[in-house]
Amino acid sequence: MTAAFVAGADVPLKRRLKRAERARQLRALGLVLPLLAFLLFTFIVPIAGMIWKSVDDWEVPQVMPQTVAALERWNGQGLPDETAFAALAADIRAARDAGNLAVAAKRLNYVVNGFRTTLLSTGRKLKEQPAPGTAKDTLIAIAPAWGERESWTAIKSASGPVTSYYLLAAVDLTRNADHAIVAAPQDQAIYRDVFLRTFEIGFGVTALCLILGFPVAYLLANLPTGRSNLLMIFVLLPFWTSLLVRTCAWIVILQSEGIVNGSLQWLGLIDEPLRLIYNRFGVYMAMTHVLLPFMILPLYSVMRGVSPAYMRAAASLGAPPVTAFLRIYLPQTIPGIGAGCLLVFILAIGYYITPALVGGAADQMISYFIAFYTTETVNWGLASALGAVLLLSTVVLAVLYGKLALGRQTTGGLKN
Amino acid sequence: MSKIKVALGFAATFTALTALASAASARDLTVVSWGGAYQDVQKKVYFEPFKAAGTPMNDESWDGGVGVLRAKVQGGASTWDVVQVESEELALGCDEGLYEKLNFSKIGGEDTYLPSTVNACGVGAIVYDFVLGYDKDKLKDAPKSWADFFDTKKYPGKRGLRQGAKTTLEIALMADGVAPADVYKVLGTDAGVERAFKKLDTIKNDIVWWKAGAQPPQLLASGEVAMTSVYNGRIDAANKKENKNFGMVWNGALYTIDSWVILKGSPNVDAAYKFLNFVGKPENQAKLSEGIAYGTSNKKAPSLLPKAILADLPTAPDNMKSAVEINTDFWLENIDRLTERFNKWAAK
Repeated sequence: MTAAFVAGADVPLKRRLKRAERARQLRALGLVLPLLAFLLFTFIVPIAGMIWKSVDDWEVPQVMPQTVAALERWNGQGLPDETAFAALAADIRAARDAGNLAVAAKRLNYVVNGFRTTLLSTGRKLKEQPAPGTAKDTLIAIAPAWGERESWTAIKSASGPVTSYYLLAAVDLTRNADHAIVAAPQDQAIYRDVFLRTFEIGFGVTALCLILGFPVAYLLANLPTGRSNLLMIFVLLPFWTSLLVRTCAWIVILQSEGIVNGSLQWLGLIDEPLRLIYNRFGVYMAMTHVLLPFMILPLYSVMRGVSPAYMRAAASLGAPPVTAFLRIYLPQTIPGIGAGCLLVFILAIGYYITPALVGGAADQMISYFIAFYTTETVNWGLASALGAVLLLSTVVLAVLYGKLALGRQTTGGLKN
Repeated sequence: MSKIKVALGFAATFTALTALASAASARDLTVVSWGGAYQDVQKKVYFEPFKAAGTPMNDESWDGGVGVLRAKVQGGASTWDVVQVESEELALGCDEGLYEKLNFSKIGGEDTYLPSTVNACGVGAIVYDFVLGYDKDKLKDAPKSWADFFDTKKYPGKRGLRQGAKTTLEIALMADGVAPADVYKVLGTDAGVERAFKKLDTIKNDIVWWKAGAQPPQLLASGEVAMTSVYNGRIDAANKKENKNFGMVWNGALYTIDSWVILKGSPNVDAAYKFLNFVGKPENQAKLSEGIAYGTSNKKAPSLLPKAILADLPTAPDNMKSAVEINTDFWLENIDRLTERFNKWAAK
């Protein structure tokens, strides 16, 4: 120790301090490095990949490179020239032989319904490259769609390398043949409604959890330890039970020949079974039950720290119970309310399995559509765009919450 | 100092684990199917005997979705070799190059199989139907068609349908009097789509939407619905295994074919062909039909079955008479558009 001290005596103390500090920082970094790497690879990279997929337009440039190049010179008015038709014919034949024509067909079919058939049937019927100068007539003879401007603007709009198509579609917008942004056709404009529905269910469930959870948390925080622990088990037991089990239990309870309807009919209160499941009511019921512990636990932890002395002081100063609660107790629990609400809301808007099992066709939330486009129809562009919009709105709400929760005086607006 | 060691230890373990996870290790053939009652039968008549014949293999189950396969193949190091897929997954995956091109000479030649079950990327595994299912104990008067399904006056009670546009719109059109052979011709027009939704409007408030094949028998058993669209094999399994008394209506049934595919880049291609050859043999396929009421792809399989079993199969001539094949091409072209249209209608 002393030897080391003497050995380093020629180095100024300041530098040695810095060195020690740096070593400490490196050690600390080494400790969090595995977690950082884990987060980077399992969280940040996939999310960046998802956002990239929502604008990535790879299909048409990869399958039809010559056509894309030929259309760069086309001004979008009338029909393109003979070279573009010849390039298209060459691309279609090459893609057919490589077996990837359907990949481009799928992408173009999003823009013009029926394009898949046009492209694939052209691929089947186009035996050889048309003689120079006849490509246009040959293609139009095979499929009349090649004589329409719409087909060519569709190819041009999907020429990559990036596209706004999916992000626009996720908010019910589209581009017309002149590349101007317009509202999507009535039949296909569903995503704004679905987002609204998702947030509506999210807010509803959050409100229900707060109304039900607040008194429970209060009771838990103010009972003697023994009894409060016993009650806490009742909160935690469902919390530890599988989500699927709890959701299916609600089906058994709420179905038309289930426990609730059976009891009510037996009591003679109703003649016909009530419709309690496969609708919005069932979704609210099951989701509130599943998410309740996420509201109770943060509230409880904050309420535990609220000293009862404040309420006694308020009472001794003559405040009626309601006033004391609203102006003294409630403001002190705001951090718990905020944390609980944010947690429940963000979990709720991402819910998939519960609404899928206990909701009707009109109760599906945005996650259902993301899953549908990811696995069923492999429209990953749209799935990613919907995911990106959901992520963005969640971030915006979280920021808003931060502003609201932190900008509040914890004195509940009492002027000192 | 010891802290650094711990951190380094963590880091080393982490990298070792990721390296292990990504190392392509030699593994046994893995076959993936639909789970449930169906896979139990497959285990008994396909997987176990195949293992006993000397090739080690594992089986897993999945819920479908070509996106899953795309992620597996494009992500590299896929853990699956042979997968059973639905017709759309077959077409989409084949287009995207997710499957090996199938060499039929290794599995008995193309002529061995029914023409509709031969595909460049896959070979038919089963033929099955969406039928109208009902509980005989609850409905004294048996329904005869999809028109009865929509008649809530004569047959009170709720109805189960598969959530989404596919199968629902075909059923609505047949209920509205469209002949089975013309369903897709009508559905291909805007007026036809409107007509289907208008028909659905008539029972909108009585529909319970199901999402997984296991749900409709449960809905019938719990009395939640009086009738439902359902896979024919599930009705058969409920009757055999749970002593239910469910009935089926073959009139206007929608049939489709599931196929076996070999995933691109599989390290077990030889074993996979061995397996496909084994499950393509008529004597093995006949055993499957005895276990669960699905038709199979080998032309000779029906001749090895008793009459009584044959009568309840999708491939029985009587049951094929008024059945419609679900049109894969139509749905590949229209699924996104009609899904959006369906959800628009549902939210109204």
